[in-house]
Amino acid sequence: MEWTFIDTWIVLVGALSAAACALLGNYLVLRRMSMMGDAISHAVLPGLAIAFLITGSRDSLPMLVGAIIVGVVTTFMIQGIDRLSGLDRGASMGVVFTTLFAIGLILIRQAADHVDLDPSCVLYGAIELTPLDTVELFGQEIPQAAITSGLMLMVNLAFVIVFFKELKITSFDPALATTMGFNANVLHYILMTLVAATTIAAFESVGSILVIAMLIVPGAAAHLMTDRLGWMLIISVVFSVLSAFLGHLSAITIPTWFGFQDTSTAGMMALIAGLLFVVVFLFSPRYGVFSRMVNQFLLGLRIVGDDILGFLYRYHELAPANAAPVPVPEIQNALQTDIPVKVMIWNLRRTGLILRQNGGYTLTPSGKKAGKGLIRSHRLWESYLCNVMGYCNTDVHRHAHQFEHFTDTKLQEELSQVTGNPDYDPHNRKIPM
Amino acid sequence: MAHTRKTAGSKKNYTQAQAPLCVKDLTVAYHRKPVLWDIDLTLPEGQLIAVVGPNGAGKSTFIKSVLGLVPRASGAISIYGKSYESQRHLVGYVPQRESVDWDFPVNALDVVAMGLYRQIGWFRPVNKNHRKKALDSLEKVGMANYAYRQISQLSGGQQQRVFLARALAQDARLYFMDEPFAGVDAATERAIISLLKELKSVGKTCVVVHHDLQTVPTYFDHVVLLNMRLVDAGPVETVFNEENLKKTYGGRLTLLTHALNEYAKTPQFPSNTD
Amino acid sequence: MRNRAKFIHRNLLSILIIVATVLIGTSFSPAVSAGNLATDSLRSDLVRVFMFQDYNTRVVVTGTTLLGLAAGLIGTFLVLRKRALLSDTLSHATLPGIALAFILMTLVSGDGKQLLPLIIGAAIFSVLGTLSVLAIQRFSRLKDDAALGIVLSVYFGLGVALMGMATRMDAGNAAGLSSFIYGKTASMLFSDALLIAGTALVAAIACILFFKEFSMVCFDADYGMTQGWPVARLDFLMMALVILVTVIGLQAVGLILVVALLIIPAASARFWTFRLRNMLWLSGAFGALSGFVGSGVSALMANLPAGAVIVLTASLFFIFSMVFGSARGLLHIGMDRLRLGRKIMDENLLRDLFEWSETNPNEGTPGIEISALKHRRSWTQSALKKTIRRLHRQKTINVYSENRVNLSKSGRLAAFEVVRRHRLWETYLITHADVAPGIVDLSADRIEHVLEPELIRQLEEKLEAETKEKLLSSPHTISFTGADGHRTPKMTR
Repeated sequence: MEWTFIDTWIVLVGALSAAACALLGNYLVLRRMSMMGDAISHAVLPGLAIAFLITGSRDSLPMLVGAIIVGVVTTFMIQGIDRLSGLDRGASMGVVFTTLFAIGLILIRQAADHVDLDPSCVLYGAIELTPLDTVELFGQEIPQAAITSGLMLMVNLAFVIVFFKELKITSFDPALATTMGFNANVLHYILMTLVAATTIAAFESVGSILVIAMLIVPGAAAHLMTDRLGWMLIISVVFSVLSAFLGHLSAITIPTWFGFQDTSTAGMMALIAGLLFVVVFLFSPRYGVFSRMVNQFLLGLRIVGDDILGFLYRYHELAPANAAPVPVPEIQNALQTDIPVKVMIWNLRRTGLILRQNGGYTLTPSGKKAGKGLIRSHRLWESYLCNVMGYCNTDVHRHAHQFEHFTDTKLQEELSQVTGNPDYDPHNRKIPM
Repeated sequence: MAHTRKTAGSKKNYTQAQAPLCVKDLTVAYHRKPVLWDIDLTLPEGQLIAVVGPNGAGKSTFIKSVLGLVPRASGAISIYGKSYESQRHLVGYVPQRESVDWDFPVNALDVVAMGLYRQIGWFRPVNKNHRKKALDSLEKVGMANYAYRQISQLSGGQQQRVFLARALAQDARLYFMDEPFAGVDAATERAIISLLKELKSVGKTCVVVHHDLQTVPTYFDHVVLLNMRLVDAGPVETVFNEENLKKTYGGRLTLLTHALNEYAKTPQFPSNTD
Repeated sequence: MRNRAKFIHRNLLSILIIVATVLIGTSFSPAVSAGNLATDSLRSDLVRVFMFQDYNTRVVVTGTTLLGLAAGLIGTFLVLRKRALLSDTLSHATLPGIALAFILMTLVSGDGKQLLPLIIGAAIFSVLGTLSVLAIQRFSRLKDDAALGIVLSVYFGLGVALMGMATRMDAGNAAGLSSFIYGKTASMLFSDALLIAGTALVAAIACILFFKEFSMVCFDADYGMTQGWPVARLDFLMMALVILVTVIGLQAVGLILVVALLIIPAASARFWTFRLRNMLWLSGAFGALSGFVGSGVSALMANLPAGAVIVLTASLFFIFSMVFGSARGLLHIGMDRLRLGRKIMDENLLRDLFEWSETNPNEGTPGIEISALKHRRSWTQSALKKTIRRLHRQKTINVYSENRVNLSKSGRLAAFEVVRRHRLWETYLITHADVAPGIVDLSADRIEHVLEPELIRQLEEKLEAETKEKLLSSPHTISFTGADGHRTPKMTR
C-alpha cells in the first residue's frame, strides 16, 4: 500500500462530508426521522437532473438550488400525504421518494445526451477522483470537493451551535416547544433543507449511499454512548471522521488481502461506520449489550459475595465462639452455587474480608462489619415488610434477602425510622447495630 | 395491622383446580423496571372482578402477562387448573381500544368475526354461519345496525362495543377486559354493564381493569387491588375499604418501590435457604 | 353480498374513469412524442405492443404485469402492518448478497452471472438485514427508524464495496450487476418471466389461503396470540413473501423501485375501499396495471427506462386515487365536509326560524326579515343567502316579499326535529355533564343512536317540564320516541 497526498485528500473530503452529515443526523435520530435522510437523498435525484437539464453543466450552484427545492418539496409532500391520506408515515415516505427517484431516473436518461451523468455516480459518488479536480486557493491546489463539503460542514456547524437550545427542545418535545414559542415547524423545514443541501454537497464527492450512512449511523452510535446532546454531537463527528479514515484505509488494503484490487471508498466508509456501530452496540459502557451482560454478571457475583458474608455472619451468630471455620463445600451447599462461590471466596480473601483457617473460612473483623451491615438490612426489611406493610405471613425472608443487597446506610436509617428502631426482627432475632 | 391475603371468593372456598384463574409468584419486568412483583392470586368463578390501581400500577400488564402477551420473569398461571396454553379456548380478551389502528380497512362485522377465527381454523374463509354468529354477538351489545360500518366511522364507545362483541363471539368462560370503560359514552357504559351482568348470570367470569373507583362497589362483586404488588383481593364488601385504597393509591410505598426498582436489576441467582 | 354489490356500484364510475384514463394516456403519450408520425404506424405500434405480437415485448409486458400483481397483493399486508419502509431496508440489504454470490460464482465456475445463486444470495442477505433490524430494536434503545436506516445504509455500503471489488476483478464480467440496482426490464428473458409468474402464483395463493390469518396479524396481533395463532410465524411468512417478491423483482425494476411496487399500489387501493378483501384485489390490479402500462409505454418509446416508467404509472394511479378515491379520496372527504357544513347551516337557519316562530306565534305574519335573522347568529351575508336559497329550493321555507322568510308546513316539521334534538342534547349535557364529558357523538343524526331510550325519555320529561307550553303546543303531534327511530340502519355517511 502506498499512501500518497491523494489518499490524504480523499480522507479529508470524506471526513468533511461525513462530519457535515453526522451533525444533522443526530437530530434525525433523536426526532425518529432517520428514514427521512434516506428518503431525501433518494428524492433529490430529479432536482439534480432538472438543474442539469436547464444549465447543461455540473455546476454546484444550480444543483444546490434544485436540491434544496426538491428537499423542501419532498418534506411537504410526505407531510401532506401523511396528513391527508391516513396512510402511516412510512408508507407516505415510500410513495414520495420512490416516485421522485423514478422521475429522476427518467430525467437523467433524457439528460444523459447532454451531460456526463449516470445514476451510479449519484449512488457511489467518485470520491477517488475528487483530488484531481482542484482549484487554486491561497496559492494552494485544493480539491473543489473539499471546499464544498468544508463549507457545508461550516453551515451545519453554525446551525447546530446557533440553534442548539431550540433544536434540543424541539427534538425532545415539539408540543412543549410550540407552547414556549419556538416554532418547531420552521426548524423542521430548516433541518430538512440542510439535509437536502448536505446531500447534494456530498453527492458529487462521496455519493448518496455514504450520505445516508453518515446521516444515520454516527448519530445512532453516539446516542448509545451518551445521554448528553452536546457530547452526542461531538462523538458523532468523531465517529464520522474515524469512519472516513478507516474506510479509505480498508478500501485500499483489505481487498488486496484476498487477491482483489482496491474497492469503492464510499461503500467501505459506510461499512466501517456500521462496524463502529456494532462495536458501540456491543461495548458501549452504559447501553452496550455486552457491557450490560458483564455488569449483570458482576452484580451477580457481588450478590454471591454478600451472601457468603451474610452466611458466615449468621453462622458465627448461632455457633459457639470457638466453633470451627466453615469449609467451602458447606458454603457452596448453603448458597446452592459452586463456581461463583469459589470465585468470590478468592476475591473476599484478597480484599481481606475472610480468612482461611484449618481448611475452612471465618470472617475477619472488617468482614464481620460488612456481614453485620447486610444482616441488619435484611432484618430491618423483614420488620418493615411485616410490621409496616403487613406481609407477615408471606415469605418476608425471601424478599428481605432480595433487597438487602441494595440497602445502603441511608436506606437502613430510613427503614429503621419507619419501623420504629426495633431491636428484634419478626422472627425474634436480634437486629445488629 | 397485619392481615391475611385472601385467596378465595366469598361464597365457596375454591380450590386451585376449580378456580378460573390462579396466579403464583408472578413477577414481570419491562426493561428491568418491575411492573408486577410477586403476585399470588386466586379468583372465584362466576363473578365480576375489578382490577383496580393507580396509573402505572401494572393492571394491564397483569392481564397481558396472564395471557402470555408479556414475558413473565417468574411465576405460574393456571386457568381452571390447567396451563393457559391448553385452556386458551376458555379465555376471551378485550384489549384496550387504543391498541389497534381503527383506520384499518375492515367493518364491525369483520372484527367480530375475528373472535371466531380459531374456531374456523386454518385456511377456511368466514362463511355465512360465522357471519350470523358474529351478527348475534353484535346484537348483544346493541350494535347490529352498525355491522357493515367501517370501524373508523364508529364512535369510541361503539368501537369498544365491537371489541366486546368480538370477545363474546369466542364464547369463552373467562373474560379479560382491559379498560373497557375508558373514554366511552354513557350509553356504552350502561351497555357494557348490562352485558357483564348477563355474562355473570350464565356463570361466566369477567376480570375487568377498571379506573373509576366510584363505580367499583355498584358494578363488581370482587376486587383486586394492585400497585406493583398485590395489595389485597377479595369480595368488594370486605376488601374495598379506605385503608386498602390508601395502601393502593399512596403513601408508605417509597421504600418498597425503591427496593423493587433495585431488585429488578439483579440477575437470577439461586438464593440461599435460611 | 349486498356489500360487494354496493362496492362495485359505488366504484363503477371510478373504475371506468381509470380504464379510460389509461387508454387515453397510453394512446396519447407516444403520439405527443412521435409528433408527426402517421397515425397508422402509431396504431400499429400500439397494437404490436399491447396485443403481444412482438415476442420480446410479450415477455416483458407479461413479466412486469405479473410482478406488479404479486407486489400489489403482498404489499397490501406490508402497508397495513405499517412496515412499508422495512421493504426499503431489505431491498437495499440484498446488494451484498448479490455481489458476494457473483464473486463466489466467478471464482468457482468462472461465470458469475447465474440468476439462481444471485437470487439466493440476495434473499439470504435480506433475511440477515431483517434480523439485524430486529436485533437493534430489541437490544438497544434506538427506535425503529434508526434501526431501519442503519441496516439499510451499512448493508448497502457493504454491497457497494463488494461490487467495487467485483467490477475490478480480472475474471468475470460484472457489467450487468448494476441492473440489480436500477433494473433492466427491457432485457427480461422468458425464464425471468417464468420465475416472476411462479412468484406471483405463490403470492396470490398465500394471500388467499392466509387471508384471514394475515389480516388478523395486521389488525391486532396481540389478540391473535391470545387465540393461539402462531403470530410470529405468520409474521415471518408475510415478510418471507415480501422478500421473495423483492429479490425476484430486483432485476426487473431494480432494488429501489421494487419498493415502490410494494408500497404504492397498496397505498392507492386504500383510497377506494373500506374492505380488506377489496383492497387486496384492487392493490393487485393497480400493481398489474402499472406493470402492464409502464412496460408497454417504455416499449413504445425508446430512451425511457421501463422500471421508472412502471413506478411513475403506479404513482399516477396513486395521485388519481388520492384525489378521486371513493372511500378516502380527498374529493370525497371534501364533499363530505361541504355537505356537513351545509347541513349545519341548514339546521341553524331552521332553528332560528323555529325559535322565532315560538316567540311570534301568530299565524298571519309573513315571517321574519332576513336582516333580523342575520343578527341572531354570526351569519355572513353570502352564507345566509345561500342557505335561504337552498332551503327555499327544498320547499322547507317560504320567501315572501320585503325579504321576509318563514317556515313552510314541511319545514316546520323538519325544524321541530332539529330543535328537539338540539334541546335534548343540551339538556343531556347539562344534566349528565359528569357522566360523559364531551365524549358523546354530537353529530349523530338521532340522539337514539347514542343514548338509550330510557335516558331519552327522562330527558324528554325534563325538557317538557321546562318548556311545557311551547313544545306541547306544537302544531304537529310527533312521537318523541320515534316508532322506527333507531331501527333504521344507517348505511351511508
